[in-house]
Amino acid sequence: MNLQKILEKHAFQKDHLIEILIDLQNEKTYKFVTEEEVSLIADALKVPVSHVCGVMSFYTLLSFDERGKYIIQVCKDVPCYLNDDFNVLTTIEKALDISCGDTSKDQFFTLEQTACLGCCDEAPAMRINNKVYTKLTKAKVLRILEEYKEGILC
Amino acid sequence: MATITMNNQQLEVTNEMTILEAAKAHNINIPTLCHYPDLAINSDCRICVVEIEGKRMLPTSCSTPVQDGMVIYTNSPRVLQARKTITELMLSSHDANCTACTRNMRCELQTLSKNLGIDINRFEPTYKDLPIDDNNPSLVRNMNRCIKCGRCVDVCKTVQGVHVLERMGRSNEMMIAPAFNQSLNNLICTYCGQCANVCPVGAIMEKDDTDLVWENLHNPKKRTLVQVAPAVRVAIGESFHSLDDTVPIGKLVSALKHLGFDEVYDTNFTADLTIMEEGNELIYRIQNDDVLPMMTSCCPGWINYVEQHHSDILKHISSCKSPQQMFGALAKNYYKEQENLNKEDIFVVSIMPCTAKKYEAKREEFTDQYDNPDVDVVLTTRELEKMFRQMGVDFDQLDNRDFDEPFGMTSGAAQLFGASGGVMEAALRTVTEVLSGKPLKSLDFSAVRGMDGIKEASFNLKGQEIKVAVSHSLSNAEQLIQGIKDGTSPYTFIEIMACPGGCIGGGGQPYGTDSASRLKRMETTYRVDLEKDIRKSHDNPAIKTLYDNYLQKPLSELSHHLLHTRYYPR
Repeated sequence: MNLQKILEKHAFQKDHLIEILIDLQNEKTYKFVTEEEVSLIADALKVPVSHVCGVMSFYTLLSFDERGKYIIQVCKDVPCYLNDDFNVLTTIEKALDISCGDTSKDQFFTLEQTACLGCCDEAPAMRINNKVYTKLTKAKVLRILEEYKEGILC
Repeated sequence: MATITMNNQQLEVTNEMTILEAAKAHNINIPTLCHYPDLAINSDCRICVVEIEGKRMLPTSCSTPVQDGMVIYTNSPRVLQARKTITELMLSSHDANCTACTRNMRCELQTLSKNLGIDINRFEPTYKDLPIDDNNPSLVRNMNRCIKCGRCVDVCKTVQGVHVLERMGRSNEMMIAPAFNQSLNNLICTYCGQCANVCPVGAIMEKDDTDLVWENLHNPKKRTLVQVAPAVRVAIGESFHSLDDTVPIGKLVSALKHLGFDEVYDTNFTADLTIMEEGNELIYRIQNDDVLPMMTSCCPGWINYVEQHHSDILKHISSCKSPQQMFGALAKNYYKEQENLNKEDIFVVSIMPCTAKKYEAKREEFTDQYDNPDVDVVLTTRELEKMFRQMGVDFDQLDNRDFDEPFGMTSGAAQLFGASGGVMEAALRTVTEVLSGKPLKSLDFSAVRGMDGIKEASFNLKGQEIKVAVSHSLSNAEQLIQGIKDGTSPYTFIEIMACPGGCIGGGGQPYGTDSASRLKRMETTYRVDLEKDIRKSHDNPAIKTLYDNYLQKPLSELSHHLLHTRYYPR
């Protein structure tokens, strides 16, 4: 589905901006939106480019940069921090040899932080694409990463 | 009505009031920072927090409505401590090198910090060394000083409808920036400068050209000419408390002479000339069934806007140059010939209430093939104020002087250019008299005066009904533009100014411009007009002489060459 079809699906409605951006991003393996597409969307919806940029920059699930096939988002809010006897983020950074915000060389994983995932009761939590994993331990995190690599999880 | 208790005082207030408004009405001062009189309430900065009995948190007084029986404390220890912490946090992310900042001693954050008695900042500085955006002739954005109050976003988005600036990102990483964090010169910025006028700190400012002016004032090879716009003289007094609110025009001329200008001229003179050309263009368009409605072309913010957004209506724009550029053309041609000088011997400075004028002066159309511009430098009202301070000008000690000739004699109509509706009124005075051949009974066209967003009026011209419209601030212009595009516009002549209130509310005017100061400057404008002996542009004898000796007649070949221009889609 190209951009035009996505815009038609949402009937060129201004208040569908986020859905349009998500749909467009999900079309692509590496889940990103280009600056050119942002300008096209702004023109089509008759909203200022700065407004679309503002929305793009506000939501961590939207990105201007090419990302990995799997986007790991680690919750950065308080309960997930308080709960950790290990650090989810540094565990993944070490395991994948990348820093937060980076994509692995094979473009398989991207590591990001996100605002609250709504799983504070089962903290710490992370999300990989649309799946949320909770009650994380160091061993659990490493196993999940391995299972993605082996294609057991996808 | 509601009864509230504020700092142990019982107050009667109306139900619609916010706590901040209620406090203001009873002379209780609550400090604010992001709050600005004419803009939306964002409650972004949290400085105006107060304590309300029974409430756990400290709500912002700017956005909390009063309730009957509310018990409020505006300065309890808890409130003061919160304000201090908020200010310290802001200072930690702000490049607080105050002595090396144009806003020093006039900065709202500095004032707040002083008033709260901040002595130590418990937080480490977190601001990064961000690049400064100064790739355009008008505005400089230094985001290291930005405190993210959002006033500039509001004025750009809501008042001007241009929406170049927006909040990007979230939480402590939020930045105010244009799309893709680009430079302003790559964007649809009109350079109106309203953002610079409302900025509480030194994060967005006009590009400072004062050094270039000082250099040329002290260059013996240069003849320095200065022109002063009508809106400058009704506002600059606000910056110098020694002046009362009467127009210090004679003293302003004196002060400019003190700075070292060889000739001090009046932009009002070329405003009169604009009326002669633009009025006759309108008459020509009416009589020859040419493109109508005709729209004014004096405002460079408006010209930028229409070139960028609505290039399909460019044929509606009057071909007349703005008064600033008419002056430049006369200086570098007529004056040059009269004085037997070369173009490069003449240095033309204009003092304008406007940041977009800096861009206008740099336009290719107003520069000759040897890169010599008609107007060399444009200074805003604020930059002139800076030069006066650098020089240590004491207005109380100055005498009153007249503008120099031949560009010093002006009509009252020209002074009106400073206020929204003024160009229209000045044009109507001339056009109606020229067309009817009879002197006007009343010179005041009050329907086009005032602060309404869109003002309409209709007049009978030789049996023909003509309708006119006036708008100020670009969001209001949009409605009139759509009418033209739909073919439903009933108007013959439309005046558009980019800034609220017209040039008196320009982006280069003194800080703190709000509706109250705009109204005051407007009143002064009309008073200056009323006090003039000559109140119609075509009655100005100096203009008559210029036509007799040089230009021949309005819309002559020479006039077209010197005083008219073209616009391009961008």
